Amino acid sequence: MIAIEGLTKRYGPTAVVDDVSLSVPAGAIAVVVGTSGSGKTTLMRMVNRLIEPTSGRVAIDGLDTASVPAHELRRRIGYAIQNHGLFPHRTVAENIATVPKLLGWSTARIATRVDELLGLFQLDAGRFARRYPHELSGGQQQRVGVARALAAEPAVLLMDEPFGALDPIIRAKAQDDLKAIQRRFGTTVMLVTHDMEEAIRLGDRIAVMDAGRLLQYAPPAEILAKPATAFVDALIGTGDRPFRLLSLVPVGDLVEPGAADGEPVAAACSARDALADLLWSGRPALPVAGDDGVLLGRVTRETLIRHAARPS
Amino acid sequence: MSAPAATAAAAAPPRLALRLDRLGVVIAGLAVYAAVAPFATFRANRIVAGEGQTILAALPTAEARLLLAVLAAAGLVALLRTPAPLRLAASVAALAALAVFAGRAGVFLTPADNAYARVSPASGFWIGLFAFALLAADAFTRLALPPFMRLAALALAAAGVALLLGSGAWDGLSILKEYSNRADVFWREATTHVALAGGSLAAAVAAGLPLGVLCHRVPKLRAAILNVLNMIQTVPSIALFGILIAPLGWIAANVPLAAAAGIRGIGAAPAFVALVLYSLLPVVANTVAGLAAVPREADDAARGMGMTDGQRLFSVELPLALPVILTGIRIVLVQNIGLATIAALIGGGGFGVFVFQGIGQTAMDLVLLGAVPTVALAFAAGVVLDALVEMAGGAREGRA
Repeated sequence: MIAIEGLTKRYGPTAVVDDVSLSVPAGAIAVVVGTSGSGKTTLMRMVNRLIEPTSGRVAIDGLDTASVPAHELRRRIGYAIQNHGLFPHRTVAENIATVPKLLGWSTARIATRVDELLGLFQLDAGRFARRYPHELSGGQQQRVGVARALAAEPAVLLMDEPFGALDPIIRAKAQDDLKAIQRRFGTTVMLVTHDMEEAIRLGDRIAVMDAGRLLQYAPPAEILAKPATAFVDALIGTGDRPFRLLSLVPVGDLVEPGAADGEPVAAACSARDALADLLWSGRPALPVAGDDGVLLGRVTRETLIRHAARPS
Repeated sequence: MSAPAATAAAAAPPRLALRLDRLGVVIAGLAVYAAVAPFATFRANRIVAGEGQTILAALPTAEARLLLAVLAAAGLVALLRTPAPLRLAASVAALAALAVFAGRAGVFLTPADNAYARVSPASGFWIGLFAFALLAADAFTRLALPPFMRLAALALAAAGVALLLGSGAWDGLSILKEYSNRADVFWREATTHVALAGGSLAAAVAAGLPLGVLCHRVPKLRAAILNVLNMIQTVPSIALFGILIAPLGWIAANVPLAAAAGIRGIGAAPAFVALVLYSLLPVVANTVAGLAAVPREADDAARGMGMTDGQRLFSVELPLALPVILTGIRIVLVQNIGLATIAALIGGGGFGVFVFQGIGQTAMDLVLLGAVPTVALAFAAGVVLDALVEMAGGAREGRA
């Protein structure tokens, strides 16, 4: 759990981050969204003290971050950044081993952990462990970057636009992978992005920042339904609002009894994708199947459209 | 190659591959000059003016023809567009022939039992040497050999020269006659020269690396330090020796044990200090440039993952800056091997001793005895450090 209280950073008279308080529950993903210059990156960098706050405090699992030396604090916190920041002169395995080595793990324990992480990120250890970062594709580099951040099993992971340099298809896959791995380890994640789509896709809670101030901190559905200010509203984009709302709901939640024609959609698929399918194929309803392929029922266009409306 | 280009190439009428190589035209021109210009100079003694002898006059007829044939063949290989390995082989053959037959000319031209006569290589030899060394260097560039192969080639070349000198093939030439008169002094000065150049480099690295790191970490100091070093670089070496006489003399006179440690107003101490001062700018400037070129993200990640400043410096910044720093060290080493010659002016020793003695006695052979080893040493140092720079940066940066 990350507890931020009254955190402020001033450079001269200007406050880059102005009295921000928020708390990220253990095992949750909090996404900080804002335009460039909103102070979102500064806020995140104050958590691991890459930037020292002017005032306010940060506590991680109850421990005041100011009470330990900065480098020791950072070794307990995962850190992944845009363009991966891998060390070009070290192999993939050496890169991933960075923090465990700093913490003085045994060679055997490090080797086991590196292999485990490579497997988790679908990188074959035999093929990739000894390669240098420049020999990998952009998506592979990014995965190694996140694997490196998770190497020492940190309870908290900070990510600064980790998927910013990836193309849309690889980015979607990387986001899904991150979510799966985060659920598996129960890591508390604070992720900074300018992409509202990414925030809604990943965030359990979204913090919207502008000009150093925290405008709203709420679950995605609430941000969409009740934007606190005109700025939040603009950031969501009025044209995409209903579809973003639908993207939060798995189609399995909207199943009703009955039959429909055609290929079934998976229950885990988002309602947004199901609606897109319906609109594109011109059908009134779709069959829905569970993980095991058993038909659960159907979902109709009317139901989906009703759920796309602003919640009252 | 794109499809249309491939078609065009295939459709072109077959031609004899008699196209000229641009650099080869220059090399062939120089080779022609080498063939007709004086190949060796004969002098009755070591300081009188000599008379030049062409290849035909300087060698027995059969040997002269053989040498001319080798030069002609190698010149032709250089002139035409030929594969790089062939060009390398031709240059090596021509260089070996020039070296061996220069020695033969020494034997042939020296009258029997005449200890005063001197035979030395003349302009034709030197121009030929230059032309085919150029061909060899060009062939090496085209071959793009990996660093360790270049080191092996350097070792082979050094072994070849050692063999030539050890076999006595050159004993008839004046430069080796000068050497044989001073063999023990030669090796003493050689040791001094290497110690001056290498020692000043080591001291400059020991002082310059921390200074460079300091400049990188404290941007306010950067301009000041680099400006001072720039200023030192512009002081002429003789002036710097003069400037150093007073403070070093004072230290020798007033600091206990300083004089016993060899510190004096003239001699090796001021030469050493001057070389160190000249070396600081390349070392510091390249350290700063190398550190500045470390990817910002790698540096940020190192900090974000909890490396201390020292860990970040030694395990991320310096390794990544190493190729650029080594380039600075290469500049310094080659520069110092050349500059150390000047040390002889103030009694500092080194190969410069022969150069300045030779100038004083108008004995060019003695000048060469100092100059040739200096050039060879600087060349070898350049090749070795180039290879090291490439090894340091090559494997991980994706450069071959």
